[in-house]
This record gives sequence, C-alpha cells and structure tokens, in this order.
Amino acid sequence: MTDVGGSHVAEQGTAVELVGLLSVEGRDVAGEWVKQVAGTLKGRVSVAELSRELGELHEALVQALGQGAADVHDEQMSEVRALLTELSRNRARQGFSPTETAVGVFALKQVLEPVLQDGTSEEIRAFGRLSRVLDGLGLFTIETYTQTREELISAQAEQLMELSTPVVRLWDGVIAVPLVGTLDSARTQVVMEKLLQALVETGSEQAIIDITGVPAVDTQVAQHLLKTIVAARLMGAECTVSGIRPQIAQTIVALGIEFDGIVTKASLADALKLALRKSGVEMVARKAGQL
Amino acid sequence: MTERVPILRIGEVLVVSIQFDLEDQTVLRLQEDLAEQIVRRAARGVIIDITALEIVDSFVGRMLATIAEISRMLDAETVVVGMRPAVAITLVELGLSLGGVSTALDLEKGLARLRRSTISDEA
Repeated sequence: MTDVGGSHVAEQGTAVELVGLLSVEGRDVAGEWVKQVAGTLKGRVSVAELSRELGELHEALVQALGQGAADVHDEQMSEVRALLTELSRNRARQGFSPTETAVGVFALKQVLEPVLQDGTSEEIRAFGRLSRVLDGLGLFTIETYTQTREELISAQAEQLMELSTPVVRLWDGVIAVPLVGTLDSARTQVVMEKLLQALVETGSEQAIIDITGVPAVDTQVAQHLLKTIVAARLMGAECTVSGIRPQIAQTIVALGIEFDGIVTKASLADALKLALRKSGVEMVARKAGQL
Repeated sequence: MTERVPILRIGEVLVVSIQFDLEDQTVLRLQEDLAEQIVRRAARGVIIDITALEIVDSFVGRMLATIAEISRMLDAETVVVGMRPAVAITLVELGLSLGGVSTALDLEKGLARLRRSTISDEA
C-alpha cells in the first residue's frame, strides 16, 4: 500500500482495537454470546444451531472489522450482511418477535460490557465505536426482518385472493361466483375480471353473484359489483345477485346506492331457477309414481 | 384515403366486423355507409362485431351508441357482439353503459337474438 496517510494509520489502529475487543485471548466471546442469546430465545432454537449461526457471524465480523469496516453498509461488511439477512429471515419465518431477532446482535454488547469497568481508556473508546457498528447491524436485522414479514404477508394475500374467487359452472350457459368473506376493492376487482373472463370462455349468458358469505358491504364494493354487472351486460350476459343478507340490504339502502335494473334474488336456488328460465330450460317435477 | 369498414349482409341482417383500431374519420364514414345500407337493403337488424377490438376510447363508445340510435330510427335493431372483458371494463370506467344497445357474447348468439326479436315483432 502506497497510501500511508495519517488517517489511514488511525484507521488501522482502530481496526486492531476493535478486533482485539472481539477476540480476547483466553476468552470465548462467541461462546458467551451464544449463551446470552440462548437465554432470551428460551430454547426455541437449538444451542448447536445458534452457536453455528453466531460463530459464523462472529468470525465474519472480526474479519470485516480487521479490513477496516466502520459501518454496516461498507463493502467489507457484505459477508456479515449476508449472514444477518439469513438469520433474520429464518427468525421471521419461524415466528420470532422483532425483539428476539435483534437481541441476537445486541447481546454481543452485553458480553463485552465488562470492558467498561476494567478496560483501558483505548478499550473503552473502541467499545464505543464497536457499539455504534453493532447498533447499525441491529437496525439492519430489524429492517430485514420486517421486509421478510411483509413479503410473507403479500404472498399470503395473493394466495388468499386466488383461493377465494372461484367461478363455477352451474349449468350449460350459467356460471356462478360464490363470494365468501369480506370484500375489498382489490378482491372485487379480481372477481370482476375472473367473472367476465369466464363468461367469454364458457359462452355463458347468465351469471350469478352469490354474496351469502359476505358479512359486510361498503360503498366502494357495491360500486364495483355494479360495475361488474354493467360490464357483463355490455358483453351480452345477464347478472343476478343472490343471497343478500338483511343487514347488507339495509346498508345498501342507507348508503343510497342505486341497485336499479339489477335482478336480486334471496337465495342461490332462486337465482339459478331464474337463470335457467331465462336460458330456456324448463324444469318439471315428476309426479309420485312416475319414477 | 381512410380505411373502410366492410358491411356484410346475411338475410335481413347487416354485419359489421371491426378488425382494426378505428380512427375518428373511419368511424364517421362507417356511420354514413351503414345508414345508407340499412335503407337500401331494408335491413331489420345490425350486428357490430368487436371481437378484434382490444382498446376503446370514449369516441368508439359513443359511436356504438350513435349507430344504435341511427339504426333504431331506420327500424333496425342493433346488437353489439364479442366485447372483450377489458373493453367492457374500460367502457364502464368511462361511464358509458350503452343504455339503448343490445349485446350478445358472440356473432351466433347475436343472430339468434335478432331472429327472436324479429319473430316477436311479426307475431
């Protein structure tokens, strides 16, 4: 290295001090760290796994600090970041709380705390710097944890959306969408698209939207349902809404939503009967003894 | 020179199949042609097939309504067939519900619909 400026020397010194803090001769810092963390996790992660995770982390941290890293986002810290990302992702998936996840990093500070009492002033200064680095690492852990959680949530929401909107064929030319659970705008939008697509694919002229399983409707959802029905009409199909609960009927009237021109039936059976009649199917009950 | 939309005849029904995105000029021309053909061929029904149409704007939406209006004045019923879901959603979002226009899923169902309504007219 040709650059032997003053700041570089100081940096070198700092690095040595920081590494010195983490790897004291005759003291198993990593082991103590594991013990400290294991206490907070109450045995939900095996000690063997924990000591593998933290051992790797400790090693990577020592190496990064030795190379002069002073911040989580430094290039030298990439190995540490990767390990932390894996650690907090696992914790998030296993259902640990953010505190339990972050404590994995912060516990290292507690392990090193005795330095404050019987260390030299250099060691105390180094502890201060190291504790800033560790704070950064802790925040990074929480950030990754939250991110993983959010990914999980959005993946689940997507799955739920897929699961909860089946379009079923009831008869030749009659399809139905049984809606179950709370409707929001996004879901109603999916229903709308699926229903219209199914109309084209099955060549159905009758569609039934059954909302028996819907506990509540707000203005926006009602608006979306209306739009779906008008769009279906534009495509040449007729829509019937069935299974409106008493409370929902009250809400719709109270909100002043115009349901004009939309056929509503009390039950799915009534709606199917109407749809069959409209598509020209005659239903005749056999008299007794005719079987 | 603008493109011209062909108008085909099946019995008493005129079929207009729109195969490309329409320019305003083409739309105006189609309206004129159609009105003239309805009178000349004494058509009782008009089917506008928009299966191939992927994008609509409010102008095309209004065109459909206008054609239906013109046809009705000339004693012909209009059926719009083959509207795609995305097109239907767009029209609804634009607030165009095409009040006076009949619709059907495809050409076959549209023809059946016209046949039904002409029979009930004559009865």
